[in-house]
Amino acid sequence: MQMIKCPWCGPREEVEYHYGGQAHVAYPAEPAALSDEEWAHYLFFRDNTRGLFAERWVHTAGCRRWFNAVRDTVTYRFHATYRPDEPRPVTA
Amino acid sequence: MADTLVPLQRTHPLDARPSLTEATVGAVRVVDVSAQVQVRAAVPGPAADALAQVIGAPLPTRPGTWTPTPAGGRIVWLGPDEWLVVDPSAPSWDLEARLRAAAAPHGGAALDVSGQRVVLSLSGEHARDLLAAGCAVDTHPSVFRRGAAAQTLLGQAGVILLALSDDGTDYELFVRSSFARYLADWLADAATEHRTA
Ligand SMILES: [Zn+2]
Repeated sequence: MQMIKCPWCGPREEVEYHYGGQAHVAYPAEPAALSDEEWAHYLFFRDNTRGLFAERWVHTAGCRRWFNAVRDTVTYRFHATYRPDEPRPVTA
Repeated sequence: MADTLVPLQRTHPLDARPSLTEATVGAVRVVDVSAQVQVRAAVPGPAADALAQVIGAPLPTRPGTWTPTPAGGRIVWLGPDEWLVVDPSAPSWDLEARLRAAAAPHGGAALDVSGQRVVLSLSGEHARDLLAAGCAVDTHPSVFRRGAAAQTLLGQAGVILLALSDDGTDYELFVRSSFARYLADWLADAATEHRTA
């Protein structure tokens, strides 16, 4: 089973985690100013990247913290994991 | 009468498993813990300092660790701003009140979660064998010795695993009360090979 490295707990089995969608989706500065279409885009529209993709994951069975990961959507290989307050690391 | 409160008999989720210790060739015992209080605070910060003052020991900041308290209890790291304070003898409501009174003015929190988890002692020569049957965390004493803590899965149950010794023969397991019977059955099953050997 693939090991995923929690930024706090270290490497743990994949079953301890859950996926949380695309990372770095900024909350609108003025939500009330958005049209319904713009709001729908914020809520439901996500990139569908082939290759390296920054995603949110949560360590459900461990520390229950959310963090970000850069994962290759083709190979499923994790290239980096980092805390939510850290910038996306440079990955090859 | 509405104003007459009859105290409920306190029961234990493992009352129906009196043979657990026998079934695990002495490896597993139920531990009576008086109080478990979950605390939240930013570290470093005044709330964490106030909590440490009440407990008599600083909150451990290294992930995956626990530290002993002067009262003979433990402070278990659960997250970067979250700990479990375990006390063997203090009344839980009293410990909760004291921790809350100290932390709340500084934005911290304390909650009595004593009924949430059951504590099991796992010890002896087969302790690590039983863990290895269903836990992916490396419990080798070279990397998981006294002071180490892991929130992880044992079988299908979420547990907090504490290492109490440096030689891999003494652990404590915290499991949610609703999973306690499952885990007891699972441990008894994992001990089958040692029982018949
Ligand atoms: Zn974690």
